[in-house]
Amino acid sequence: MIKIEVDMTKCQHYGQCVFEAPNIFRLNSDDKLEYTAEADDSERANVEAAVDVCPMQAIRIVE
Amino acid sequence: MAHPVVIVGASMGGLRCAEALRRFGYLGPITIIGEEPWKPYNRPPLSKEVLAKEVSHSAVAFEERSATADVNWVLGTKAISLDVEHNTVTDSEGETHPYAALVIATGLRPKRIVVRNSELSNRFALRTLDDAMALREQLQPGKNVVIVGGGFIGCEVAATAKKLGANVTVIHNAAHPMLRQLGEELASQLQLRHEAEGVRFMLKRSVEDLIGETKITGVKVDDGTVLDCDVLVEAVGSIANVEWLSNNNIDRNDGVLVDSAMRVMRKDDSPIKNVFAIGDVARFANPIFDHVPRRVEHWNMPTETAKRAASVIAAMLNQAPNYPAILDDDFRPLPSFWSDQYENHLLAFGLTSLADRAELVAGEISGECVFEYYREDQLVGVCGIGMRSVVQGYRSKFI
Repeated sequence: MIKIEVDMTKCQHYGQCVFEAPNIFRLNSDDKLEYTAEADDSERANVEAAVDVCPMQAIRIVE
Repeated sequence: MAHPVVIVGASMGGLRCAEALRRFGYLGPITIIGEEPWKPYNRPPLSKEVLAKEVSHSAVAFEERSATADVNWVLGTKAISLDVEHNTVTDSEGETHPYAALVIATGLRPKRIVVRNSELSNRFALRTLDDAMALREQLQPGKNVVIVGGGFIGCEVAATAKKLGANVTVIHNAAHPMLRQLGEELASQLQLRHEAEGVRFMLKRSVEDLIGETKITGVKVDDGTVLDCDVLVEAVGSIANVEWLSNNNIDRNDGVLVDSAMRVMRKDDSPIKNVFAIGDVARFANPIFDHVPRRVEHWNMPTETAKRAASVIAAMLNQAPNYPAILDDDFRPLPSFWSDQYENHLLAFGLTSLADRAELVAGEISGECVFEYYREDQLVGVCGIGMRSVVQGYRSKFI
């Protein structure tokens, strides 16, 4: 399992992460980011890609 | 021992390339040479939220991953020459670094305005963390801040300086700020929003002269106006750092020309097999748009090009059987940019600056809205203020 943290004080809801890891991140009907805080190891590559594309660098994988 | 992959440029592109090399199965040594004293950090916040707070490396540093814990960092050191015949880079300390593969990620430096009195103090540009730290100290309530250049960085600094209580004037050479990227309708709308916050624009104007003894006290504009000025910020574009590549028969006319595998091209149009360029410095054709090589200074390009180069380097050095196939992979990264100015959150995909017209397709110009950008009949970009889901929905039209 991997744990995912999004610093919601940094997040500006740009949603770039949604495309890299659609199983983890989504924009809700108010255009706000929602995410799943725990995921299977198979999602690691996608979540790392999401970390890379976050303009605010608000996403962390907690090791 | 095998020579390392040497990455010149310790910024986001260099870091992402090292990480991707590991992900693609390259286990050999990696050296990253960087001119700045800092490990890689995220630059966009330097003109936005970080500039409004206390500026520090920890506020913008990229998180380090275990996969790249064994990278050899050579920081505070500038690469000064390259020898592609002997596969070596020489740095400013006089050290020679042999490489198995080289990644050029030396990025950009800010252009400066050319004026008399150019030695006056309190002139700032904004590219590095050190630049931001120096500028942050000066952005105080009541200070007269003059910004030359009304592109994205100029406008973001204007918004931040205004928020901090400064008096802000922007001198810009076009009819509206951000005109080239946003088109007339959206650019003039954002100008109105800046003006409502109290920013003054002097448009189709340039700086004629700087006034002062040792420190700037005024700026003379080319219409004769003299502005009081305590702090001058120059945001007039950038220059690619390619001088150190001279004498290698490399095409470095506006950045470094690379093929779709990010391999640096010789002037005779043949690729150098083990020399790559990524990020702001790389000029390449993107088949999403056409076959014209361009440098794209959008934030996501260093990461995209770093990953592309890393996939090729790992396959080459690991002598992977699919190396030829990887070389031939399609590479069509979708440029993306965003900007925060007051409560206006812009998000764009594509290359809006290629467009000859823009069309409002959602929302209202006075509030949240989305524009499509066309070059003749080809959709080349989309940009929205707010309305993220609508803008995000366009990605599939490009990819």
